[in-house]
Amino acid sequence: MRKIVTSVVAGIGLALACGTSVRAQDKELTIFWAEWDPANYLQELVNDYTAETGVKVTVQTTPWPDFQTKAFTEFNAHGDAYDMVVGDSQWLGAGSTQGHYVDLTDFFNQHKLGDVMAPATIKYYAEYPGGSGKYWAIPLEGDAIGWSYRKDWFEDPKEKEAFKAKYGYDLAVPTTYAQLRDIAEFFHRPDQKRYGVAIYTDNSYDAMAMGVESAIFSYGGDLGDYATYKVDGITNSKEAAAGLDMYKELYKFTPPGWGKTFFVEDNQAITGGLAAMSMNFFAFFPPLVNKATNPYADATGFFANPAGPDGKRFAALGGQGISIVSYSKNKDEAMKFLEWFIKDETQKKWADLGGYTCSQAVLKSEAFQNATPYNKAFYDTMFMVKDFWATPEYAEVLDQLNQNIYPFVVGGKGTAQEALDKTAADWKATFTKYNRYK
Amino acid sequence: MASVALAHLDPASRAAARGWSDLTIRNMFIVPTLVFLIVFNIFPLIYSLGYSFTNFAANRSEPWQFVGLQNYRELLSDDHIWSNFIITAKYVIVSVAGQMIVGFGLALLLNRSFPMKGLITTLLLLPMMMSAAVVGLFWQLLYSPSWGPINYVFGLGDFAWLSNPDSALYAVAITDVWMWSPFVMLLSLAGLSAVPQHLYEAAAIDRASWWYTFTRITLPLVSPILLIALIFRTMEAFKTFDIAYTMTTQPTAELIAIRLYKQAFQQWDTGKSCALAYIVLIMVLAITNLYVKYLNKVKER
Repeated sequence: MRKIVTSVVAGIGLALACGTSVRAQDKELTIFWAEWDPANYLQELVNDYTAETGVKVTVQTTPWPDFQTKAFTEFNAHGDAYDMVVGDSQWLGAGSTQGHYVDLTDFFNQHKLGDVMAPATIKYYAEYPGGSGKYWAIPLEGDAIGWSYRKDWFEDPKEKEAFKAKYGYDLAVPTTYAQLRDIAEFFHRPDQKRYGVAIYTDNSYDAMAMGVESAIFSYGGDLGDYATYKVDGITNSKEAAAGLDMYKELYKFTPPGWGKTFFVEDNQAITGGLAAMSMNFFAFFPPLVNKATNPYADATGFFANPAGPDGKRFAALGGQGISIVSYSKNKDEAMKFLEWFIKDETQKKWADLGGYTCSQAVLKSEAFQNATPYNKAFYDTMFMVKDFWATPEYAEVLDQLNQNIYPFVVGGKGTAQEALDKTAADWKATFTKYNRYK
Repeated sequence: MASVALAHLDPASRAAARGWSDLTIRNMFIVPTLVFLIVFNIFPLIYSLGYSFTNFAANRSEPWQFVGLQNYRELLSDDHIWSNFIITAKYVIVSVAGQMIVGFGLALLLNRSFPMKGLITTLLLLPMMMSAAVVGLFWQLLYSPSWGPINYVFGLGDFAWLSNPDSALYAVAITDVWMWSPFVMLLSLAGLSAVPQHLYEAAAIDRASWWYTFTRITLPLVSPILLIALIFRTMEAFKTFDIAYTMTTQPTAELIAIRLYKQAFQQWDTGKSCALAYIVLIMVLAITNLYVKYLNKVKER
């Protein structure tokens, strides 16, 4: 009898255990992101979550050019294909006000994420409207504009001597845009198929805008007052025009035909031995330190965005936060996943895998800053970042900026002041149309 | 047993044996086509026409409002849109004229007997069989100032075709000419082969010059089919998107189809983009109508 009872209890226990396991395995979460290395690192990271909980997590990706269109097409259809999305920072306004993102304010406050994550990442990846204390995402992948350069060219004694003779100061990593411009000019030797600098020029989404912003911000300019939507006198200030002029100046020292270039081409400028310096988001730097993808890996160095004439130093923010899609059928499960994701040990593992954690503690650790040749520059940059408008009509605003600055920078049409005056006028009209001026 | 017997009959007799009338058989083919046409063509057309009078934005949850002709008014008074139309007009003129000249020229060359004529004709037809996006990327490489063969062959040095605001549109038009001239060539060849040989023989007896024969016999007899090629290519060139979108982001090469795409799928201004689509449709219809009227006149001659 005792044997029978034991067997029955054991059987029930086994059945329950199997049942639980089967139910856990049935649960699946899908995270949507763009197709790039950090998405692969994230898939690797979430495999640990699956091992711990039995919940299968898939990171679904799409090429960058389709990312926005595909995500918003799904949002607009109120589709539940994705439970979470690692959306661009400028999507926050549209994602929150149009009901696509779940409000994470309570989650944010409960876990005191304001003390855990780097301040800039909270401000730009999570909060909307700015200063409202409403949060729609958890900072996931920090990123910003930085620079790579050819250390061997910079350290060549003959080059150093020639540079000093021409410009009157030592050739070194540029700390100002003026120095960056001089170095670009110095190394620009088209007859030797060597060029000074590679910058972003593609105006089909936000590439060129991010490059231009980095210069404008460092020159003391701004794109407008994001709280009041005031643009007159800010977007088209003399400082902003000087920053745009500098960007146009740098375009003179790019390889020929550099009129539709983004992260792929800017990395190729280094891997192909074309340019002395190249702008790119930090997340695209891993191939540059890999000998298999960059024959000049040992000779490639990195630096943070230089300062403008008044010593102000900023960089355009990239990176993304992770949001729960409000049409998901697995919102509770997604919330549990986020609880796991923000844990210190998960953030450390995320950084170890190559992801750019936004956790202050991990960012500040020596282990992180020495992990790669560019992590120190990344750390410096993450405390001096500014972002583009995150207003719901950002796509229209971005297109207007592109339409006005591209002909000036790449086509040489008009002046920087004219391009920004036109931009300010276009933006004012757009914000008026959407009743942003109360 | 009955099915075995039916199997020996032709389809019409089989249908008759089953008691299906000609009308039933006709309806079996026509009804699905009509349903397909209504569901996938007519309904979206009417639905989008409705949207063009609203402020509907597909990415907003607020209800849309009827705004009357406001979208049309705003679009027609927008300088950017007119600039897109002017760019498109330039592109259509350059591209279609190029295709007509190159295509008809090739057809004249091919309209005679020579060795491997079939193979050469097939090879010449290849560009139009390729995907437009692939052609765009392929020509982007050809135009590259660093390693593209075009600058090397013509000794143009570092001339940046696609980064230069003055040349980007023409670079795209040249690509379109390369891709679609074979279409004009194909239609022209059909027209040329239909010209009665005895007319040429009579001209030869009268010692007519090549130019006289070409302008008085060839061109008038081929012109109806050339006009048909012109109609097709104008309509297509007006709607060009993929080649231009993959090749350049120059605002001077932003065709109206690219503006429409940005408005609809990047800015999600759905109501206005529907209105713009209708403006484009009306323009294409107007141009096509003019062509058709002229074509009818040519045929009456």
